[in-house]
Amino acid sequence: MSSGLIFAATGCLLFVLGLGGVLLLKALLRRILAFNLMGSGAFLVLVGLAQRDGTPDPVPQAMVLTGIVVAVAATALALTLARRWQALTGREDIGRVGDAGSRRRSKQRERRKAPR
Amino acid sequence: MKRFVRWLSILALTVLAGALLLAISSLPPAPVKLAGEVAANLAVSGVSHPVTAVLLNFRGYDTFLEVAVLIIALLGMLAAGLPPPPPTGSRNAMLPTLARLAVPLMVLAAVYLLWAGAFRPGGAFQAAAVLAAAAVLLHLAEIQGPWPDNARGPRLAIAGGFLLFLAIAAALLVNGGLLRYPPEQAGLNIVLIESGLSVSLAVNLAAFFLLRAPKS
Repeated sequence: MSSGLIFAATGCLLFVLGLGGVLLLKALLRRILAFNLMGSGAFLVLVGLAQRDGTPDPVPQAMVLTGIVVAVAATALALTLARRWQALTGREDIGRVGDAGSRRRSKQRERRKAPR
Repeated sequence: MKRFVRWLSILALTVLAGALLLAISSLPPAPVKLAGEVAANLAVSGVSHPVTAVLLNFRGYDTFLEVAVLIIALLGMLAAGLPPPPPTGSRNAMLPTLARLAVPLMVLAAVYLLWAGAFRPGGAFQAAAVLAAAAVLLHLAEIQGPWPDNARGPRLAIAGGFLLFLAIAAALLVNGGLLRYPPEQAGLNIVLIESGLSVSLAVNLAAFFLLRAPKS
């Protein structure tokens, strides 16, 4: 087993760990981190598989460098959206679709009723 | 029920991990050797480091679009609404002093990384990451405040690097291809693009952290 293959295998495990996080975790911040872990796993697979015969290949390395910068940008955008979601609904996770909206509306209704 | 679904998904993920590991261990050797192609054409690329040659010459188009993706992400942030400025933390005398000492060294390291990219690992992206980290450090040490969302300087810097890249790409269309440098000018073009990019990318990356909604 060459070192490249070990990198690729680690990448696979990281990818699956991240996928599990995205599917099973509720908090948005944790999901974003898990998604990043998935991306890192994919990068490791790309670089590792390309150098499994012992010689490093500059083409996947350049692609991964591009990918890392794009991942940073996507994470920044995701974090902004998560903060916006939190500011609008006061929640740090996404439940079922429509859940947050209906809860907020019922709260508003309660508030409207209260002073009377 | 919920616990059952959880264990079922963990089981499915384990099976997926096993399948992926099996797949990568039984892959046939690559039919094309791209490393050989890069090494054969390195002499005409204008730089002597293969990764930089791929990034800015052989696959310059990817790098160009990547810069555009960064700008689009920033536009998305501005459209979604920026977070309010954070509450100022407890003032620690250590941090500003340390930041004042570290930031000049970080700028020096960034310039070195940019210059080293031509012949060893380094380049515009690494330099930009270090510069952006320096800006974030200055912000965390409360030496520099957050940028208001209508700040003109960051916008000009971000657009400038991208437009420089676009201008060079468009000027090279006369040669019959986007970003196809003539070999004798390739080195100069790459240095120009990389210098513009490191400033623009650094401001863009720092803006992800430093752009805040104005205090209301």
